[in-house]
Amino acid sequence: MDTIKLTLPLKEEDILRLNAGDCVLLSGKTYTARDAAHKRIAEALAKGERLPFDLSGASIYYAGPAPASPGHVIGPCGPTTSGRMDAYTPQLLAQGLKCMIGKGERSQIVKEEIARHRAMYFVCVGGAAALLARHITNCRTVCYEDLGTEAVRELTLCDFPAFAALDLRGGDIYRR
Amino acid sequence: MRVIYAEQIKQTVKRLIYEANFFISSDISAAIDAGILAETSPAAVSALEQIRLNYKIAAEERIAVCQDTGMCIVFAEVGQDAHIEGGGFDAAINSAVSEAYGEFYLRKSVVSDPLYDRTNTRDNTPAVIHARIVGGESIRLLVICKGFGSENMSAVKMLKPAEGEAGVLDFIVDTAAKAGANACPPMILGVCVGGTFEQAALYAKLMTARGVDSANGDVRYAQLERTALERINSLGIGPAGLGGKTTCLKVNIHALPTHIAGLPAAVNVCCHASRHAEAVI
Repeated sequence: MDTIKLTLPLKEEDILRLNAGDCVLLSGKTYTARDAAHKRIAEALAKGERLPFDLSGASIYYAGPAPASPGHVIGPCGPTTSGRMDAYTPQLLAQGLKCMIGKGERSQIVKEEIARHRAMYFVCVGGAAALLARHITNCRTVCYEDLGTEAVRELTLCDFPAFAALDLRGGDIYRR
Repeated sequence: MRVIYAEQIKQTVKRLIYEANFFISSDISAAIDAGILAETSPAAVSALEQIRLNYKIAAEERIAVCQDTGMCIVFAEVGQDAHIEGGGFDAAINSAVSEAYGEFYLRKSVVSDPLYDRTNTRDNTPAVIHARIVGGESIRLLVICKGFGSENMSAVKMLKPAEGEAGVLDFIVDTAAKAGANACPPMILGVCVGGTFEQAALYAKLMTARGVDSANGDVRYAQLERTALERINSLGIGPAGLGGKTTCLKVNIHALPTHIAGLPAAVNVCCHASRHAEAVI
Protein backbone atom coordinates (compact mmCIF):
# COMPACT_ATOMS: atom_id res chain seq x y z
CA MET A 1 0.00 0.00 0.00
CA ASP A 2 1.08 3.61 -0.56
CA THR A 3 2.92 5.12 2.34
CA ILE A 4 3.69 8.73 3.17
CA LYS A 5 7.07 9.46 4.74
CA LEU A 6 6.87 12.14 7.41
CA THR A 7 9.45 13.81 9.60
CA LEU A 8 8.81 14.83 13.21
CA PRO A 9 8.22 17.50 14.32
CA LEU A 10 5.30 17.66 11.89
CA LYS A 11 4.86 20.69 9.71
CA GLU A 12 1.49 22.40 9.33
CA GLU A 13 1.40 21.39 5.66
CA ASP A 14 1.85 17.71 6.63
CA ILE A 15 -1.12 17.88 8.98
CA LEU A 16 -3.27 19.65 6.37
CA ARG A 17 -2.71 17.05 3.67
CA LEU A 18 -3.14 13.89 5.76
CA ASN A 19 -6.34 11.88 5.54
CA ALA A 20 -7.58 9.46 8.20
CA GLY A 21 -6.45 5.99 7.15
CA ASP A 22 -3.25 7.14 5.42
CA CYS A 23 -0.39 4.75 6.00
CA VAL A 24 2.68 6.69 7.16
CA LEU A 25 6.31 6.09 8.10
CA LEU A 26 7.44 8.46 10.85
CA SER A 27 11.03 9.56 11.35
CA GLY A 28 12.47 12.03 13.84
CA LYS A 29 12.03 12.77 17.51
CA THR A 30 9.13 12.01 19.81
CA TYR A 31 8.72 11.88 23.56
CA THR A 32 7.07 8.98 25.34
CA ALA A 33 4.55 9.62 28.09
CA ARG A 34 1.73 7.54 29.50
CA ASP A 35 -0.58 7.59 32.53
CA ALA A 36 1.73 8.52 35.40
CA ALA A 37 3.77 11.05 33.38
CA HIS A 38 0.59 12.75 32.17
CA LYS A 39 -0.59 13.05 35.76
CA ARG A 40 2.70 14.72 36.73
CA ILE A 41 2.59 17.05 33.73
CA ALA A 42 -0.96 18.08 34.62
CA GLU A 43 0.00 18.65 38.27
CA ALA A 44 2.99 20.77 37.24
CA LEU A 45 0.81 22.86 34.89
CA ALA A 46 -1.82 23.31 37.61
CA LYS A 47 0.87 24.71 39.92
CA GLY A 48 2.13 27.01 37.16
CA GLU A 49 5.48 25.22 37.06
CA ARG A 50 7.68 25.07 34.00
CA LEU A 51 7.75 21.60 32.43
CA PRO A 52 11.07 19.74 32.25
CA PHE A 53 10.63 19.44 28.48
CA ASP A 54 9.13 21.67 25.82
CA LEU A 55 5.79 20.53 24.39
CA SER A 56 5.68 23.24 21.73
CA GLY A 57 5.47 21.50 18.35
CA ALA A 58 6.31 18.22 20.07
CA SER A 59 5.10 14.67 19.57
CA ILE A 60 4.15 12.20 22.31
CA TYR A 61 4.10 8.43 21.82
CA TYR A 62 1.83 6.77 24.38
CA ALA A 63 4.19 3.95 25.29
CA GLY A 64 6.00 2.34 28.17
CA PRO A 65 8.82 0.19 26.78
CA ALA A 66 10.22 -2.94 28.36
CA PRO A 67 13.91 -2.69 29.31
CA ALA A 68 16.47 -3.00 26.51
CA SER A 69 18.35 -6.29 26.43
CA PRO A 70 22.06 -6.17 25.55
CA GLY A 71 22.68 -5.04 21.98
CA HIS A 72 19.36 -3.22 21.68
CA VAL A 73 18.53 0.51 21.85
CA ILE A 74 15.21 -0.16 23.57
CA GLY A 75 13.03 -3.11 24.57
CA PRO A 76 9.71 -3.90 22.87
CA CYS A 77 7.79 -0.65 22.54
CA GLY A 78 4.24 -0.80 21.19
CA PRO A 79 1.40 1.67 21.72
CA THR A 80 -0.77 1.81 24.83
CA THR A 81 -4.45 2.82 24.86
CA SER A 82 -4.64 6.55 24.10
CA GLY A 83 -8.08 7.07 25.60
CA ARG A 84 -6.64 6.86 29.12
CA MET A 85 -4.75 10.09 28.38
CA ASP A 86 -7.87 11.94 27.16
CA ALA A 87 -8.41 13.65 30.51
CA TYR A 88 -5.04 15.39 30.17
CA THR A 89 -4.75 15.90 26.40
CA PRO A 90 -6.52 19.30 26.08
CA GLN A 91 -4.03 20.82 28.55
CA LEU A 92 -1.10 19.41 26.58
CA LEU A 93 -2.50 20.66 23.27
CA ALA A 94 -2.77 24.11 24.85
CA GLN A 95 0.98 23.85 25.55
CA GLY A 96 1.62 23.31 21.84
CA LEU A 97 1.57 19.50 21.51
CA LYS A 98 1.21 18.76 17.78
CA CYS A 99 1.35 15.01 17.43
CA MET A 100 0.24 11.94 19.37
CA ILE A 101 0.91 8.28 18.58
CA GLY A 102 -1.04 5.50 20.29
CA LYS A 103 -3.91 3.10 19.75
CA GLY A 104 -7.67 3.28 20.03
CA GLU A 105 -10.37 5.91 19.87
CA ARG A 106 -10.25 9.37 21.44
CA SER A 107 -13.14 11.10 23.19
CA GLN A 108 -15.28 13.55 21.23
CA ILE A 109 -13.83 16.48 23.22
CA VAL A 110 -10.26 15.41 22.48
CA LYS A 111 -11.03 14.93 18.79
CA GLU A 112 -12.43 18.47 18.63
CA GLU A 113 -9.44 19.87 20.51
CA ILE A 114 -7.01 18.06 18.19
CA ALA A 115 -8.76 19.65 15.19
CA ARG A 116 -8.90 23.09 16.82
CA HIS A 117 -5.16 23.04 17.55
CA ARG A 118 -4.42 21.60 14.08
CA ALA A 119 -2.64 18.65 15.62
CA MET A 120 -2.47 15.02 14.48
CA TYR A 121 -3.20 11.65 16.04
CA PHE A 122 -1.55 8.53 14.63
CA VAL A 123 -2.19 4.92 15.60
CA CYS A 124 0.06 1.93 15.22
CA VAL A 125 -0.47 -1.82 15.58
CA GLY A 126 -0.90 -3.03 19.15
CA GLY A 127 1.02 -6.19 19.86
CA ALA A 128 3.72 -5.46 17.28
CA ALA A 129 6.12 -4.16 19.90
CA ALA A 130 9.26 -6.08 18.92
CA LEU A 131 8.79 -4.98 15.30
CA LEU A 132 8.15 -1.34 16.26
CA ALA A 133 11.26 -1.29 18.47
CA ARG A 134 13.32 -1.95 15.32
CA HIS A 135 12.21 1.46 14.09
CA ILE A 136 13.53 3.26 17.17
CA THR A 137 17.18 4.17 16.69
CA ASN A 138 17.87 6.13 19.87
CA CYS A 139 16.38 6.44 23.35
CA ARG A 140 17.24 8.72 26.25
CA THR A 141 15.42 9.43 29.48
CA VAL A 142 14.27 13.05 29.76
CA CYS A 143 12.58 13.22 33.18
CA TYR A 144 10.50 11.43 35.83
CA GLU A 145 13.04 8.59 35.87
CA ASP A 146 11.57 7.30 39.15
CA LEU A 147 8.47 6.22 37.19
CA GLY A 148 10.41 3.37 35.57
CA THR A 149 8.75 2.38 32.32
CA GLU A 150 6.49 5.42 32.67
CA ALA A 151 9.38 7.93 32.64
CA VAL A 152 9.41 10.47 29.82
CA ARG A 153 11.88 9.38 27.14
CA GLU A 154 12.99 10.98 23.91
CA LEU A 155 12.98 8.49 21.04
CA THR A 156 14.38 8.84 17.57
CA LEU A 157 12.11 7.08 15.10
CA CYS A 158 13.16 5.79 11.70
CA ASP A 159 10.38 4.81 9.26
CA PHE A 160 8.10 3.91 12.18
CA PRO A 161 4.91 2.40 10.66
CA ALA A 162 1.66 4.10 11.67
CA PHE A 163 -1.70 5.25 10.32
CA ALA A 164 -3.27 8.72 10.42
CA ALA A 165 -6.23 8.21 12.75
CA LEU A 166 -7.90 11.62 12.37
CA ASP A 167 -7.77 14.45 9.87
CA LEU A 168 -8.78 18.09 9.82
CA ARG A 169 -11.82 17.30 7.66
CA GLY A 170 -13.49 15.26 10.40
CA GLY A 171 -12.21 11.89 9.20
CA ASP A 172 -11.68 9.16 11.79
CA ILE A 173 -10.03 5.83 10.99
CA TYR A 174 -12.36 4.07 13.46
CA ARG A 175 -15.58 5.59 12.03
CA ARG A 176 -15.80 4.50 8.44
CA MET B 1 3.09 -39.11 48.74
CA ARG B 2 5.66 -37.38 46.56
CA VAL B 3 8.01 -34.59 47.59
CA ILE B 4 8.16 -31.56 45.30
CA TYR B 5 10.72 -28.90 46.15
CA ALA B 6 9.82 -25.21 46.13
CA GLU B 7 12.87 -24.66 43.93
CA GLN B 8 11.33 -26.92 41.23
CA ILE B 9 8.17 -24.83 41.30
CA LYS B 10 10.21 -21.64 41.04
CA GLN B 11 12.32 -22.85 38.11
CA THR B 12 9.24 -24.15 36.30
CA VAL B 13 7.36 -20.87 36.67
CA LYS B 14 10.44 -18.97 35.43
CA ARG B 15 10.63 -21.19 32.36
CA LEU B 16 6.91 -20.76 31.66
CA ILE B 17 7.18 -16.96 31.92
CA TYR B 18 10.02 -17.13 29.40
CA GLU B 19 8.10 -19.35 26.98
CA ALA B 20 4.94 -17.26 27.26
CA ASN B 21 6.61 -13.94 26.53
CA PHE B 22 8.83 -14.89 23.60
CA PHE B 23 6.94 -17.64 21.76
CA ILE B 24 3.35 -17.32 20.53
CA SER B 25 1.63 -20.69 20.18
CA SER B 26 1.26 -22.19 16.69
CA ASP B 27 -2.57 -22.17 16.77
CA ILE B 28 -2.54 -18.35 17.05
CA SER B 29 0.10 -17.97 14.30
CA ALA B 30 -2.02 -20.17 12.02
CA ALA B 31 -5.11 -18.04 12.73
CA ILE B 32 -3.15 -14.86 11.87
CA ASP B 33 -1.99 -16.48 8.60
CA ALA B 34 -5.61 -17.37 7.78
CA GLY B 35 -6.61 -13.76 8.48
CA ILE B 36 -4.02 -12.46 6.02
CA LEU B 37 -5.58 -14.61 3.30
CA ALA B 38 -9.12 -13.56 4.21
CA GLU B 39 -8.56 -9.79 4.38
CA THR B 40 -8.84 -7.55 1.32
CA SER B 41 -8.09 -4.06 2.62
CA PRO B 42 -4.42 -3.05 2.51
CA ALA B 43 -4.52 -1.66 6.08
CA ALA B 44 -5.91 -4.91 7.51
CA VAL B 45 -3.35 -7.00 5.64
CA SER B 46 -0.57 -4.65 6.71
CA ALA B 47 -1.61 -4.90 10.39
CA LEU B 48 -1.72 -8.71 10.29
CA GLU B 49 1.60 -8.88 8.46
CA GLN B 50 3.15 -6.66 11.14
CA ILE B 51 1.73 -8.98 13.80
CA ARG B 52 3.13 -12.06 12.02
CA LEU B 53 6.56 -10.48 11.59
CA ASN B 54 6.46 -9.36 15.21
CA TYR B 55 6.02 -12.94 16.46
CA LYS B 56 9.00 -13.99 14.31
CA ILE B 57 11.25 -11.20 15.58
CA ALA B 58 10.22 -11.92 19.17
CA ALA B 59 11.10 -15.62 18.91
CA GLU B 60 14.32 -15.17 16.93
CA GLU B 61 15.77 -12.19 18.79
CA ARG B 62 14.29 -13.00 22.22
CA ILE B 63 12.46 -9.69 22.45
CA ALA B 64 9.14 -9.93 24.28
CA VAL B 65 6.17 -10.11 21.91
CA CYS B 66 4.59 -7.09 23.62
CA GLN B 67 6.02 -4.38 25.87
CA ASP B 68 3.12 -5.02 28.24
CA THR B 69 4.43 -8.24 29.71
CA GLY B 70 1.45 -8.12 31.99
CA MET B 71 0.56 -9.23 35.45
CA CYS B 72 1.67 -12.79 35.99
CA ILE B 73 -1.27 -15.07 36.74
CA VAL B 74 -0.64 -18.65 37.88
CA PHE B 75 -3.34 -21.31 37.87
CA ALA B 76 -2.12 -24.27 39.91
CA GLU B 77 -3.69 -27.69 40.29
CA VAL B 78 -1.96 -29.18 43.30
CA GLY B 79 -2.22 -32.92 43.78
CA GLN B 80 -3.32 -33.73 47.33
CA ASP B 81 -0.55 -36.35 47.60
CA ALA B 82 2.19 -33.88 46.69
CA HIS B 83 4.21 -32.51 49.59
CA ILE B 84 6.04 -29.22 49.04
CA GLU B 85 9.37 -28.87 50.81
CA GLY B 86 12.06 -26.22 50.95
CA GLY B 87 9.90 -23.11 51.09
CA GLY B 88 6.42 -21.75 50.59
CA PHE B 89 4.35 -22.26 47.45
CA ASP B 90 3.41 -18.60 46.94
CA ALA B 91 6.93 -17.47 47.82
CA ALA B 92 8.40 -19.77 45.15
CA ILE B 93 6.10 -18.32 42.51
CA ASN B 94 6.76 -14.71 43.51
CA SER B 95 10.49 -15.37 43.55
CA ALA B 96 10.18 -16.77 40.01
CA VAL B 97 8.31 -13.68 38.83
CA SER B 98 10.84 -11.33 40.43
CA GLU B 99 13.82 -13.11 38.86
CA ALA B 100 12.21 -13.76 35.47
CA TYR B 101 11.03 -10.18 34.91
CA GLY B 102 14.55 -8.96 35.68
CA GLU B 103 16.62 -11.58 33.84
CA PHE B 104 14.45 -11.65 30.72
CA TYR B 105 14.13 -7.84 30.40
CA LEU B 106 10.37 -7.89 30.87
CA ARG B 107 8.44 -4.79 31.87
CA LYS B 108 7.57 -4.24 35.50
CA SER B 109 3.96 -3.13 35.38
CA VAL B 110 2.60 -3.73 38.88
CA VAL B 111 1.77 -0.99 41.40
CA SER B 112 1.40 -1.84 45.08
CA ASP B 113 -1.58 0.38 45.83
CA PRO B 114 -4.23 0.80 43.14
CA LEU B 115 -5.74 4.12 44.17
CA TYR B 116 -3.53 6.36 46.28
CA ASP B 117 0.19 5.60 45.91
CA ARG B 118 0.40 3.63 42.64
CA THR B 119 4.04 2.91 43.41
CA ASN B 120 5.68 0.40 41.08
CA THR B 121 6.83 -2.71 42.94
CA ARG B 122 9.83 -2.83 40.55
CA ASP B 123 9.88 -6.61 40.10
CA ASN B 124 6.35 -7.25 38.79
CA THR B 125 5.31 -9.03 41.99
CA PRO B 126 2.95 -10.03 43.38
CA ALA B 127 1.76 -12.77 41.04
CA VAL B 128 -1.95 -13.52 41.00
CA ILE B 129 -2.18 -17.12 42.23
CA HIS B 130 -5.21 -19.38 41.92
CA ALA B 131 -4.54 -22.80 43.46
CA ARG B 132 -6.93 -25.74 43.53
CA ILE B 133 -6.44 -29.08 45.23
CA VAL B 134 -6.92 -32.09 42.94
CA GLY B 135 -6.18 -35.81 43.09
CA GLY B 136 -2.71 -37.25 42.45
CA GLU B 137 0.81 -36.24 43.40
CA SER B 138 1.67 -33.80 40.60
CA ILE B 139 1.39 -30.05 40.31
CA ARG B 140 0.04 -28.58 37.08
CA LEU B 141 0.99 -24.95 36.50
CA LEU B 142 -0.54 -22.63 33.91
CA VAL B 143 1.14 -19.23 33.63
CA ILE B 144 -0.69 -16.39 31.90
CA CYS B 145 1.07 -13.05 31.40
CA LYS B 146 -1.89 -10.77 30.88
CA GLY B 147 -1.65 -7.30 29.38
CA PHE B 148 -4.08 -4.66 30.53
CA GLY B 149 -5.03 -3.03 27.21
CA SER B 150 -7.40 -5.95 26.77
CA GLU B 151 -7.97 -6.69 30.48
CA ASN B 152 -9.46 -3.19 30.86
CA MET B 153 -12.11 -4.03 28.26
CA SER B 154 -13.34 -7.17 30.08
CA ALA B 155 -16.74 -7.37 31.76
CA VAL B 156 -18.94 -9.38 34.10
CA LYS B 157 -22.73 -9.23 33.88
CA MET B 158 -25.35 -10.86 36.06
CA LEU B 159 -28.03 -11.66 33.50
CA LYS B 160 -31.55 -12.79 34.28
CA PRO B 161 -32.26 -16.45 33.43
CA ALA B 162 -35.05 -15.23 31.10
CA GLU B 163 -32.47 -13.42 28.97
CA GLY B 164 -31.13 -16.83 27.94
CA GLU B 165 -28.91 -17.54 24.97
CA ALA B 166 -29.79 -14.29 23.17
CA GLY B 167 -28.83 -12.25 26.23
CA VAL B 168 -25.51 -14.05 26.63
CA LEU B 169 -24.75 -13.67 22.95
CA ASP B 170 -25.53 -9.93 22.97
CA PHE B 171 -23.34 -9.44 26.04
CA ILE B 172 -20.37 -11.22 24.41
CA VAL B 173 -20.72 -9.28 21.14
CA ASP B 174 -21.28 -5.93 22.89
CA THR B 175 -18.17 -6.47 25.02
CA ALA B 176 -16.10 -7.12 21.88
CA ALA B 177 -17.61 -4.07 20.15
CA LYS B 178 -16.77 -1.82 23.10
CA ALA B 179 -13.25 -3.27 23.29
CA GLY B 180 -12.58 -2.26 19.69
CA ALA B 181 -9.05 -1.13 18.92
CA ASN B 182 -8.15 -0.78 22.61
CA ALA B 183 -7.95 -4.56 23.01
CA CYS B 184 -5.38 -5.00 20.22
CA PRO B 185 -7.55 -7.01 17.83
CA PRO B 186 -7.72 -9.62 16.51
CA MET B 187 -8.75 -10.49 20.04
CA ILE B 188 -9.44 -13.77 21.81
CA LEU B 189 -12.44 -13.96 24.15
CA GLY B 190 -12.52 -16.12 27.23
CA VAL B 191 -16.13 -16.52 28.35
CA CYS B 192 -17.75 -18.24 31.29
CA VAL B 193 -21.49 -18.66 31.65
CA GLY B 194 -22.89 -19.70 35.00
CA GLY B 195 -21.21 -20.20 38.37
CA THR B 196 -21.08 -17.24 40.73
CA PHE B 197 -19.84 -13.67 40.25
CA GLU B 198 -16.18 -14.43 40.99
CA GLN B 199 -16.15 -17.96 39.57
CA ALA B 200 -17.40 -16.74 36.17
CA ALA B 201 -14.54 -14.22 35.98
CA LEU B 202 -11.99 -16.83 37.00
CA TYR B 203 -13.04 -19.36 34.37
CA ALA B 204 -13.31 -16.64 31.72
CA LYS B 205 -9.61 -15.97 32.33
CA LEU B 206 -8.82 -19.68 31.98
CA MET B 207 -10.71 -19.76 28.69
CA THR B 208 -8.37 -17.14 27.17
CA ALA B 209 -5.68 -19.85 27.29
CA ARG B 210 -7.73 -22.82 25.97
CA GLY B 211 -6.34 -22.35 22.45
CA VAL B 212 -7.89 -20.86 19.31
CA ASP B 213 -8.14 -24.30 17.71
CA SER B 214 -10.30 -25.73 20.52
CA ALA B 215 -14.06 -26.08 20.97
CA ASN B 216 -16.44 -26.65 23.85
CA GLY B 217 -17.28 -30.37 24.14
CA ASP B 218 -21.04 -29.68 24.27
CA VAL B 219 -22.33 -29.07 20.73
CA ARG B 220 -24.71 -26.34 21.93
CA TYR B 221 -21.90 -24.32 23.47
CA ALA B 222 -19.60 -25.06 20.52
CA GLN B 223 -22.32 -23.60 18.27
CA LEU B 224 -22.64 -20.57 20.58
CA GLU B 225 -18.87 -20.06 20.28
CA ARG B 226 -19.15 -20.07 16.47
CA THR B 227 -22.20 -17.80 16.39
CA ALA B 228 -20.55 -15.27 18.70
CA LEU B 229 -17.38 -15.34 16.59
CA GLU B 230 -19.31 -14.77 13.35
CA ARG B 231 -21.24 -11.85 14.82
CA ILE B 232 -18.08 -10.23 16.19
CA ASN B 233 -16.26 -10.67 12.89
CA SER B 234 -19.14 -8.98 11.07
CA LEU B 235 -18.73 -5.83 13.21
CA GLY B 236 -16.02 -4.56 10.85
CA ILE B 237 -13.52 -3.60 13.58
CA GLY B 238 -10.72 -5.59 11.95
CA PRO B 239 -7.04 -6.05 12.79
CA ALA B 240 -5.75 -3.22 15.03
CA GLY B 241 -9.22 -1.67 14.62
CA LEU B 242 -8.33 -0.58 11.08
CA GLY B 243 -11.39 -2.25 9.54
CA GLY B 244 -11.79 -5.77 8.23
CA LYS B 245 -13.07 -9.24 8.96
CA THR B 246 -10.45 -10.46 11.42
CA THR B 247 -11.66 -8.89 14.68
CA CYS B 248 -11.66 -12.01 16.85
CA LEU B 249 -9.74 -15.26 16.46
CA LYS B 250 -11.83 -17.37 18.84
CA VAL B 251 -14.56 -17.26 21.47
CA ASN B 252 -13.95 -19.94 24.11
CA ILE B 253 -16.92 -20.62 26.37
CA HIS B 254 -17.04 -22.58 29.61
CA ALA B 255 -20.32 -23.41 31.33
CA LEU B 256 -20.78 -23.96 35.08
CA PRO B 257 -23.66 -24.92 37.38
CA THR B 258 -25.37 -21.84 38.75
CA HIS B 259 -28.18 -20.69 41.05
CA ILE B 260 -31.89 -20.94 40.13
CA ALA B 261 -32.11 -17.13 40.18
CA GLY B 262 -29.03 -16.37 38.12
CA LEU B 263 -27.26 -16.37 34.79
CA PRO B 264 -23.82 -14.84 35.38
CA ALA B 265 -21.61 -14.26 32.36
CA ALA B 266 -18.01 -13.06 32.24
CA VAL B 267 -16.03 -12.04 29.18
CA ASN B 268 -12.28 -11.76 29.60
CA VAL B 269 -10.85 -9.97 26.58
CA CYS B 270 -7.37 -10.98 25.46
CA CYS B 271 -5.29 -9.50 22.66
CA HIS B 272 -4.06 -11.69 19.80
CA ALA B 273 -0.77 -12.14 21.66
CA SER B 274 -2.19 -14.51 24.28
CA ARG B 275 0.84 -15.28 26.37
CA HIS B 276 0.46 -18.50 28.28
CA ALA B 277 2.40 -21.69 28.92
CA GLU B 278 1.86 -24.71 31.12
CA ALA B 279 3.77 -27.60 32.64
CA VAL B 280 3.28 -30.50 35.02
CA ILE B 281 5.76 -31.18 37.81
